[in-house]
Amino acid sequence: MKVALAQIRPHLGNVAKNIEIHKQMIKQAKEEGVELLIFPELSLMGYNLLDLTYDVACTMDSEEVQEIVSESKGIDIAFGIVERSPDHILYNSAIYASYGSVQSVHRKVYLPTYGMFDEARYFGRGEKIRAFDTRFGRVGMLICEDMWHPSAPYLLAQDRAELLIVLANSPARGVHAKGLGTQDSWDLILTSQAQFYGMFIACTQRVGTEDGVTFFGNSTAVDPFGDTLVHGPLFEESLVTFDLDLDMVRRARFTTPILRDENTDLVIRELTRIQQHRRGE
Amino acid sequence: MSTQWLTDQLTEAPYLSLNEELTTQILTTALHEEVNKVGFRRVILGLSGGIDSALSLYLAVRAFGAENVIAVRMPYKQSSQNSLDDAEEAILDTGVKSLTVDITPQIDAYFERFPDASPLRRGNKMARERMTILYDLSAHYEALVVGTSNRTELLLGYGTQYGDSASAINPIGDLYKTQVRQLSRYVGVPNSILSKSPSADLWENQTDEGEIGFSYFDMDRVFYHMLDLKWDRRALHKQGFSDTLIDAVNRRIIRNQFKRVMPVILKVSNRTVGIDFRYLRDWGM
Repeated sequence: MKVALAQIRPHLGNVAKNIEIHKQMIKQAKEEGVELLIFPELSLMGYNLLDLTYDVACTMDSEEVQEIVSESKGIDIAFGIVERSPDHILYNSAIYASYGSVQSVHRKVYLPTYGMFDEARYFGRGEKIRAFDTRFGRVGMLICEDMWHPSAPYLLAQDRAELLIVLANSPARGVHAKGLGTQDSWDLILTSQAQFYGMFIACTQRVGTEDGVTFFGNSTAVDPFGDTLVHGPLFEESLVTFDLDLDMVRRARFTTPILRDENTDLVIRELTRIQQHRRGE
Repeated sequence: MSTQWLTDQLTEAPYLSLNEELTTQILTTALHEEVNKVGFRRVILGLSGGIDSALSLYLAVRAFGAENVIAVRMPYKQSSQNSLDDAEEAILDTGVKSLTVDITPQIDAYFERFPDASPLRRGNKMARERMTILYDLSAHYEALVVGTSNRTELLLGYGTQYGDSASAINPIGDLYKTQVRQLSRYVGVPNSILSKSPSADLWENQTDEGEIGFSYFDMDRVFYHMLDLKWDRRALHKQGFSDTLIDAVNRRIIRNQFKRVMPVILKVSNRTVGIDFRYLRDWGM
């Protein structure tokens, strides 16, 4: 199976321009025989939208969203939007499109609202973390900060995901003598989580700068043994392609059957107890 | 002239050390993008002969090429010849287009009316005069004004509001002075600029560190622990920082916050600029 990470440079709040960029990437991916193409978080909108969030929000049946969804013929496409629900709540959402229609939507659950981030000011919080079936196998989607909560990939692994798709927008910060703090963290998280659960992780990061904040790229794919398959370049747009053999999931889980041995009853029991304690019961 | 002293400082305070190649890449990539996306191909900056404007110059040259960078020297009659010479060396070394605008006539004409004006007023006036020249030339050359204030002086408020602090984009504003020095050495800023004592050059033998009362290295180290690591006073004492230093920089940070924000707007409407009318500059770009 041929997968590609579309490491693009979205224009802030310029949806028409971003649709063009998506179409160009999709065209290139199709020419290279890519079967699954993954864009970064909020790829159709740009990241730090602030009040633009209201202006660019799209319903699932909007022309803008459907323009990309309708391209998902012969290629599956994951991309990011500001979703406006029927009750006018905005979500930071990832769409998985296949056979020309929306197959699954993940609404970002963990909205960073601290330091340089202000997402919960604008977005409603997603309430579901669920895997879904695709023509390749079972897939789960997470968006950026979701991945920093170990419970999120944990739930998707328990829900039988073999491939975890992550749409991310990580800023370059914490430069130190040896490298980049955020890059170190992402590499560590992706490789460890893939190894814990014996699943593939394909994570697309954006590039470009918004008001001085630079997104570093370095989109990454990791195999179920925790080994990195590919890294996108730093700071540059790129279509990062790689081959993925889902049978590797079987081999990883035979070798290290952590998923088999997981005791979800115990986890639920203990979490229930902890919850009761927190509620003061 | 050796820069062993800088190597020693970075060894003593390794947490201030930056990956030079990566930092340069981030700053030049972002500078290029932020200028280009608002429709400019060229940049302009004031070159004092000091290390901050020199680093901004060298980064701009890497981002745009020498032919798209304009350096402006704006001396006053009391500015030191050394500063002019050092600026000249950087101009020759980078091969950028340059011009010199002597600000003496306009400064002196103004202060004829106020002969008793304090050095502070004169210094601020000069900084703002230079700003208006840069912004005028910005329109003439269709070149965006690049800033030259580093993180240490932004925190201290050691600059003139709407003077040297004014720019369209500032590539070095998130670098402590020690890091400005480290990166300057990496990008090839001439040694004479790298090794001299920083000075606002408003009067003879003025130095920043003499005026502020602490060395940049000490201030950078205490800033790092106070701001980046959020250490409390007890932990700062343990690290060897004195109350005198902590209190002095703290006072400056708080007192000069007004220099780091846009003018305060009094709220009447439901969507006030700067309060609840919130958009990035890069709107639509």
